[in-house]
Parts: sequence; structure tokens; C-alpha cells
Amino acid sequence: MCTYKYTAADFKSDQEVKWCAGCGDHAILNSVLKALPEVAEKQNIPHKMFTVISGIGCSSRFPYYVRSYGMHTIHGRANAIATGVKTANPDLSVWVATGDGDSLAIGGNHFIHAIRRNVNLNVVLFNNEIYGLTKGQYSPTSKLGKITKTSPYGTVEKPFNPGELVIGAKGTFFARSIDAEMELTKNCLVEGAAHEGFSIVEVLQNCVIFNDKTHALFAGDKATRAENTITLKHGEKMLFGSQKNKGLMLDGMKLKVVTVGENGVTEDDILTHDAHEKDTTLHVMLAAMKYPDYPVALGVIRLVEDDAVYDKKVAEQVEQVKADSKIKCMDDLLRSGATWEIK
Amino acid sequence: MESGLSAPVNYNKLLMDKQNVKELKDVVIRFSGDSGDGMQLTGTLFSDTSALMGNGISTFPDYPAEIRAPQGTVAGVSGFQLHFGSGNVTNPGDYCDVLVAMNPAALKANAKWLKPDATVIIDGDTLTEKSVQKAGFATLDPIKELGLENHNVVVPNITSMTKEALAETGLDNKSIVKCKNMFALGICFYIYNRPFDHAKKYIDGKFLKKNPAVAEANKLAMDAGYNYAANTHAFANTYDVAPSPLEKGVYRSISGNVATAWGLLAASEKSGRPLFCGSYPITPATVILEELAKHKSLGAKTVQAEDEIAGICTSIGAAFAGNFAVTTTSGPGLSLKSEALGLAVMAELPLVVVDVQRGGPSTGLPTKTEQSDLVQALYGRNGECPVVVLAASTPSDCFHYAFQAGKIAMEHMTPVILLTDGFIANGSQPWRIPSMSDYPAIVPPVCTALDEDEAQYMPYKRNPETLARRWAFPGTEGLEHRIGGLEKDKLKGSVSHDPANHQIMTNTRAEKVARVVNVIPDQTVMGADEADVLVIGWGGTLGHLQTAVEELQAEGKSIALCHFNYINPLPANVRDIFKRYRRLVVCELNAGQFAGYLRQNFQEFTFEQFNKCEGQPFTVIELKDKFNELLAK
Repeated sequence: MCTYKYTAADFKSDQEVKWCAGCGDHAILNSVLKALPEVAEKQNIPHKMFTVISGIGCSSRFPYYVRSYGMHTIHGRANAIATGVKTANPDLSVWVATGDGDSLAIGGNHFIHAIRRNVNLNVVLFNNEIYGLTKGQYSPTSKLGKITKTSPYGTVEKPFNPGELVIGAKGTFFARSIDAEMELTKNCLVEGAAHEGFSIVEVLQNCVIFNDKTHALFAGDKATRAENTITLKHGEKMLFGSQKNKGLMLDGMKLKVVTVGENGVTEDDILTHDAHEKDTTLHVMLAAMKYPDYPVALGVIRLVEDDAVYDKKVAEQVEQVKADSKIKCMDDLLRSGATWEIK
Repeated sequence: MESGLSAPVNYNKLLMDKQNVKELKDVVIRFSGDSGDGMQLTGTLFSDTSALMGNGISTFPDYPAEIRAPQGTVAGVSGFQLHFGSGNVTNPGDYCDVLVAMNPAALKANAKWLKPDATVIIDGDTLTEKSVQKAGFATLDPIKELGLENHNVVVPNITSMTKEALAETGLDNKSIVKCKNMFALGICFYIYNRPFDHAKKYIDGKFLKKNPAVAEANKLAMDAGYNYAANTHAFANTYDVAPSPLEKGVYRSISGNVATAWGLLAASEKSGRPLFCGSYPITPATVILEELAKHKSLGAKTVQAEDEIAGICTSIGAAFAGNFAVTTTSGPGLSLKSEALGLAVMAELPLVVVDVQRGGPSTGLPTKTEQSDLVQALYGRNGECPVVVLAASTPSDCFHYAFQAGKIAMEHMTPVILLTDGFIANGSQPWRIPSMSDYPAIVPPVCTALDEDEAQYMPYKRNPETLARRWAFPGTEGLEHRIGGLEKDKLKGSVSHDPANHQIMTNTRAEKVARVVNVIPDQTVMGADEADVLVIGWGGTLGHLQTAVEELQAEGKSIALCHFNYINPLPANVRDIFKRYRRLVVCELNAGQFAGYLRQNFQEFTFEQFNKCEGQPFTVIELKDKFNELLAK
């Protein structure tokens, strides 16, 4: 039934991509370019409806590299501007490309309020734990003690975990991927786009120049990723490892890493992922898992239906009031209420 | 009275026992009380009633920043001054003929605004030792202490008479006492022979469904006040004020903020672009957002944003998506919006920013008026960042200038800042309702297809006449393009760091705004083509300047008024006007911002200044004194 069939090439702009060689952004761009045709086909959205909004930072150059409508805005404001675009025209497929500095520092307020309003935006959060475009200062996701140009003796402030922040703010969709895991990133993006409401895909991205290998301990190569990350899928057991024999279970109020077949643990003891659970408790715990104590959670961690979608509700209210009100045009309004005539 | 002050006897006897009805040309009443006493409502009901009777009206709500400042203190006094007359009423009046003071603090705060022969009505029940001391009086006789013995001071026991009148209503004491403002309104209705109809209809509309007993009580209190005034013979005369010889037509009373909101809605209707307002509540601009939020039936979408920055940013997003986008604020909010306003300039998107000015800097005087954001509006951004700046000058012409702001923004693809101020925003006046057929169409350069010579969409291709670029909304087939805050190639809109291109774009952005001069009217002068003194003003000071100048002109003085609404660009004929007058004096409620701007633009002239930063409008008296001084030189 769908008439919109595109390829990645249809969404690739004619602009020369100016990120550094080896930057994780290249992979993310490719994932997005592969996701967009799939989104167009699955959701029946024509090319002309795609709009990409970004703030400032390396990742925010993104709109120039996507052939679509786009606006490269100002630092931190991508989520606010995208909220305006989407609210003005809810039929658009609005994407936000943003970074850890853009959305979690200078634009933190807009970020949490876009989540709270559940605006139907598709946000790609590039998290490289560093300010790259300004050449290497620590960001709100840099690890405690991180040595950078503005923290020559190490940072003394704790980082945000974007997943905890999003789910803590009752975000309705949160997924995580790694730049090199292009297929996973693409799948998360497609699923996020299909979600009606605010969707955010955090992509752990490597800044080859200023923060090389920041995620390498668990994300460095395929084998490392297999052992030290867990890709969650709704309805499936939380198993990971190259042998798929490690898993997560609840030990009291905490998550615990176990090995199936050891200490009497069977697959039945392993938790089954329920991304649709409205309660945020377990989702926060999963998003908060840190290497080396836990595998880092990837995939769609949270996906809950919520009818309170801001842009949709605003439009519905306008239509409702239009239908109910006696004031149909300016002349009606001008003559409403107390008036008097001078003859 | 608890304190045993015998004021009612002492002062009422000064009044002569007359029931004559006298004709007056105009009257100024000031209602004042605690900020919870309902003085704004009382004043509004009186002024709307008078407007319905055909009087000219100008109002001036003067209230504290605190919602309920400590009761009975001078800081908590809320005032509402209204000027109604049979002539052309252009300002709320400097000094009042009647002061209604609901407590000693209100009397203390407002005694300075009394005319020499003014009537003072003060609630006698509040003249207790405690209240008098709380208001900061040194003695127990506020009337004497303020030197008001020779005024007509009437001291009805408003609170106790209200309680008595409402004893049978079954309401609790607190609800009964709340009706005392209606008692005071009833007294004033008696003195000025006003009918109850409008006020009672309003009360019914507000309370009847929710709480019929409260509606009844308010109406009873109004009657009781009226009857008290009629029966006591405390008021020497009652007065008629004839209708104003206004132009024929249907009228309504309108405040500046409501008129602004409606002007924006009108621009939306005339352009066919849905209205989008992203704003954050801020005094004294909030009413515009509230008003727009009411009119979803006209397609308006309002976003109460998380902050001022998100207010403008959501609007910029909406403008990109093809809406007529506006954001409303006051000075501190405009500061926060500066960076994003620069983005709108760079992206060349239509956007109206309404700044309802208040006293600054910083939080300043949130509820008081000032014109001190002019320089911020003109220049308060990084880079060479020109925007169109307009200023409305009366409550009702906010409609016209809000409409014009929308028209210019959309047709010229530029942000427009509309300056109003707390005085005209909260003030109201009768307004002859226009027909939308009197207003011109707004034709934004909406682009729906490629030009014949275009292989791909060139976002910065311009109309050669206006230099406006085209407006292609996301969702339009084949016009996909990117814009943003980095310098743009002069045609393709892609990022360009080319030095020559930046020069061209800087010049073009300036020239585009400058060419708005071609669509704005010539500057006019009220008065002779040549004169000794040309008074120059802008924005919300019009009413006071006009009255002062007209009164001097009536005395045969050689003076004229040149009042500006188009600030950037200035109208084309300004230099020719300035040439013809001996002295030029720029009057504004700031330290001289427009004067400085004029000096920069017209270096051959000498501009004298008259400035005031008291958070209050000019008074006609101080203006006339200044002008007489200049005329004598």
C-alpha cells in the first residue's frame, strides 16, 4: 500500500561531509540515511515531510548532510525549535540531531521539557562525552575525574547518564546504541520514529580527536561489545555474552549479573525485557548499568504508549474549539462582548 | 470606629447640602485600596460603564508587583485611575477629582495625586489606630497630617455598611467584606449618574453560575453604596458628563494588550498563515499570551514555553514550518531572546516580537511603565543584526501596529519588534471597531514551486524590490533546503565563510530592513508646518504629549508635535520636518535613547531632551512647564 520507496541516496545531500576521518558521526549519518527510507515506507511519509533540526556542535552539522528540509540553529535550542516546527505542522516527520553538550548542558531545560511534553520528535543524541567543536573541553557526560583542557587536574563533577535523565523525566521512548553498531542504530531509529511521542536514541559515539576510545572498554570491538553490552529486546530474555549464557536477574531491589548454568541459575531465572512497562524503576536501572559492574544496555530500553502527545493535543484542541466557538473570524471577535453604537 | 476618631462628623459637615446636577467636561477618578480589594475591577466597571454611555475614556491601572503585598501598607496599594469626558480624552489625567481610598495606606499613597478641590472618599471603618499606624502616619489624623482639611473629605463607614446591607445574604464575613468595593462603586455611580446595567451584567456573568449568592451580594452592595450616597446628602452635587462627539460607529473598550493580541490575530487572518505564539509569562506582557490562548477558534496555537528562550525558539520553528509566528515579552525576556532573534535575522524568517516595556534594568519595576528598551530593540544582539522596530502609542492603536508588524514581518521576511509599554498595555480606551475589510491583504512570498530558472531551490534568492527571500515550508514538494545560523551563501543558502559573501550578506540584511521605508507612511506633525518648538515623542507617551501640545497651541503658542510609531526604519521625510522648527525637544520615559538614535541619524540638528524614569507616565503639567520654558528661550 505504501507508495514511498526511497534509498539512502535519496536522503544524501550534495554537501561535502566535513567531520574528521574516523569520527563516529559518519557511521551515525549512514545509519540515519538507511533509517529514513525505512521510516518513509513503514509510516507512509513522503520525502518532502522530513525535517531535520539541530543545535550547535559537531553533531549539529547533521542537517547539511541530509537532503530534506533542515535548520542548523543555535546552541542548545534544537529541541525548542523542533517543538515549534512539529507543533506548527504535526504532519511533518521532525528529527533532531544533538549532542551531549547541546542537549544536556546549554539546552538541558528544553530537552527535559520536550520529554515532559512528549512532543512527537525523533531525537538522535550523539554522546561522545566531550566538547569536540570547541576542541576538547569536558561535557556533562564526561566521567568524573576526566582530564580535558578545562579540567587539567580532572573534573570534580559527576556526569549525567542520559538514559536516567530521560526515563526519570518519564520519557516515553529511550534507546541506546553505539556508532559502530549501524544496524542496531538504524533499528532503534526506525522504532523510535514509529513511536508516537518523544523518542530519543542515544548513540555512544567516538570522538577520534579529543576523546578517543572513551567507550572502548565495552564498545571497542565486536568481541568486547558481545561480552560487555546487552542488547535488550522487548519480550526477550535479558541474555548477553558471546555464548549468550550471561544474563540479568533481580537480587532484591538490584540487578545482578549471572551465568546460566552456574550456581543453579536457569534461563527461567533471567529477567524478560518489558519495554512497555509504564513504571520507570526497572528501565532506569537498566539504563544506569555501567561497565565493568554490569553490561551496558543497548537497544530499546523503554517504549510506552502515552496518548498525551503534545503536538497532536494542541492541534486537536484547536479543532475542538473551532467547532464549538461562535467566533469564526476576526469580524466576529471584534464585535463580541460589550459594544455600543454611536449614531 | 475603634480608635474613636470622629472624622465622619468633622469632615462631612464641610460639605454643603445640595442636590444639584452639574454638567462637567471631564472627570478623573482614582480608586485605590489594598491589592486584594478589587480596585482594578471597580475601576474597570466604572470606565466600561462610562464608555458605554459614550464618554471618551482613558485608564491607568497602577498596581504593585506583589499579588497580595502586606495588607494596609503603602507598598500594597493598588490604584486604578480613569479619566472620562465629553471631549477627546487622550490620557488618564495627571491629578484626580475624586480619590476613593479603601484604607489609610491608599490615602497616603495617593494624596499627592489630588486636585486642589478634589473629593476624597475614605472608608471610615479603616481609620483605626492600628491601620493608621500601619500606613505609616505619625498622628492619628491622616486627613490633617496630609493637609487635606480643605478638600471635600467624605468618610462613609464602607465596611460596616456593606456588612449591614449583606447581613441577610447568609454569606460568611470574609465574602461579605469582599463586596465593599462594589459599595464604593455604587457611591461613584450615584455621584456621576451612571446606570448599573453593565456592572450588574458583568457581576452576573462572573458569579451567577458559580455562586449565585456572591453575585447577589455584589449587586446588593452596589445598591447600598448608591442609596447611601443618595440619602446622606454627603455629596453636594451630582454630575453629568455628556457623551464625547465620537465618530459614528460601533465601539468597544479595549486595552493595549488585548488590542495587540487581536492585531496579531488579524494579521494571521489576512495572511492566511495560522498564528503561533510561543511565550513565557512575564509582567506586563502576559495578557497577550492569555488572550491569544482564548482564541483557538481562529486557529491560534499558543505554547507556554519553559522559558523566554524556548518562547522565541518554538516561534522560530513555527515560522520555518509556515506559521505566522510571534513571541511576547517584556525587557528582561527580550534580553534572553537576543541570541535567537539573531538566528531569525540570519535565517530571514518572519517573526514578531512584542516587548511590553517596563521599568528596568534587571527585574526593575515589573508593573511600572518605561520606554527604556528602545536601544535594546534596535541593537541588542551580536553582530550586525538589523530588525524592523515599531512602537504603538495608544491602547487601541496597538491593534494597528501589531497588524502592521505582522504584515511587514511576513512580506519582508524579517523579524519585527513591536514596542508597547506597561502604560498603554494595561490602559484602555473606547475603540471604534474596524471592519476587517478595511484592512489590506497580507501577501507573504510563499513559494510552492521552483522558478523556471531554478534547477534546485535557492533559499536566498530575493525579490529585487524588497530583497525579501521566499518562504518555502517543509512539506512542499521539491523545495527541500537547509537554513541556519551560520553565514549563508547569498543564493544557495549553504554555509559560506567567503569574506566577500559575508560583506554582501551583511549589506543585504541591512538594506532589506532599510527598504521597509518604502511601505511605511510619511511622518506627520500635529500643528503648524513651522514653529518655535517641535516636540518629538514616540510610543506610549502620545496621549500626554498631545494634550500638552494642544493646550499650548490653544493658548497661541508656536509649538507642534512629531510623534513616531516607525522607529526602524524611520519614515523618509523626517529630515525635511526637523528642518522647519527652531528647537527640537525629544521627550521620552528613559534617559534619552531616542534622542541618541536621532542624533546618530541626523547629525546636523540639535536635540534637546526631556526625560523621566520614575516608572510613571509624563504628566501634562510637567510637560507644559518644560515646553513653556523652551518657548520662552
